[in-house]
Amino acid sequence: MLLNEFLFLGAILFCIGVYGVIVRKNAVLVLMSIELILNSVNINLLAFSLRNGSADGQTFALYVIAVAAAEVGVGLALVLLVYRNSRSISLDELSEMKG
Amino acid sequence: MFASELLIAQNIGFFIIAALMVVGALRVVTTSNVVHAALWLVVVLAGAAAQYVLLAAEFVAVTQVLVYIGAVMVLFLFGTMLTRARIGAESDLNNKNWFVGLPVALTLLAAMLIALRDGFGNEKLPADAPLVSTQVLSDQIFGPYLLPFWALSFVLLAAVIGAIVLARRD
Repeated sequence: MLLNEFLFLGAILFCIGVYGVIVRKNAVLVLMSIELILNSVNINLLAFSLRNGSADGQTFALYVIAVAAAEVGVGLALVLLVYRNSRSISLDELSEMKG
Repeated sequence: MFASELLIAQNIGFFIIAALMVVGALRVVTTSNVVHAALWLVVVLAGAAAQYVLLAAEFVAVTQVLVYIGAVMVLFLFGTMLTRARIGAESDLNNKNWFVGLPVALTLLAAMLIALRDGFGNEKLPADAPLVSTQVLSDQIFGPYLLPFWALSFVLLAAVIGAIVLARRD
């Protein structure tokens, strides 16, 4: 298999995730798009781990998965708090911090 | 592009799973139903786990299934249920600046694909690479990468405490 197959797949998923982060207004959907981005990074890490024959990439991919889990936990707690305060999770309406 | 010595069966498997993943990812960012987006995300995450197996990283694949499909998806579905009254299609999920997203994503994609094609060309993955066993992986985590592991433990602890503090009603 070619190395570029996996790298292209990672690039495509990354760009779809970036598109989702820009386009979506719903905070939960933005978090889902961030998950897409983190997964594409993991595909790249594992592809290079296999290419270089070392376990460093796999170790790092595990760390990325753990950090992503922590991020989703805190992120959804934040979304819940925003929803409780403003009855909406639309990111366009979160303008209280605007000067 | 595909020489005869490439492993054909693995390539067919790769392209089927990759097509599923791309379709699922597109549905995640375009669907008008948040629950459907979560379920399409499961397709993408499961496909990623399958790609990890193709990349000879079986421990990471199992971790992906356990952590993402098991835990993170449940969190997403709970977050969806707790933050909205109605289940079903909605029309106001997209930003009013949504048309900016497409050129940005396409430009980024073109830049990355060109750079990758120029950088790695037709380089093949080694077909008989030494398998990274779970034992080697654990030796890595508890050996040279012990300090990041400790830091990660504190990150998870802080995330748990922070999530409780944020979501608690007082």
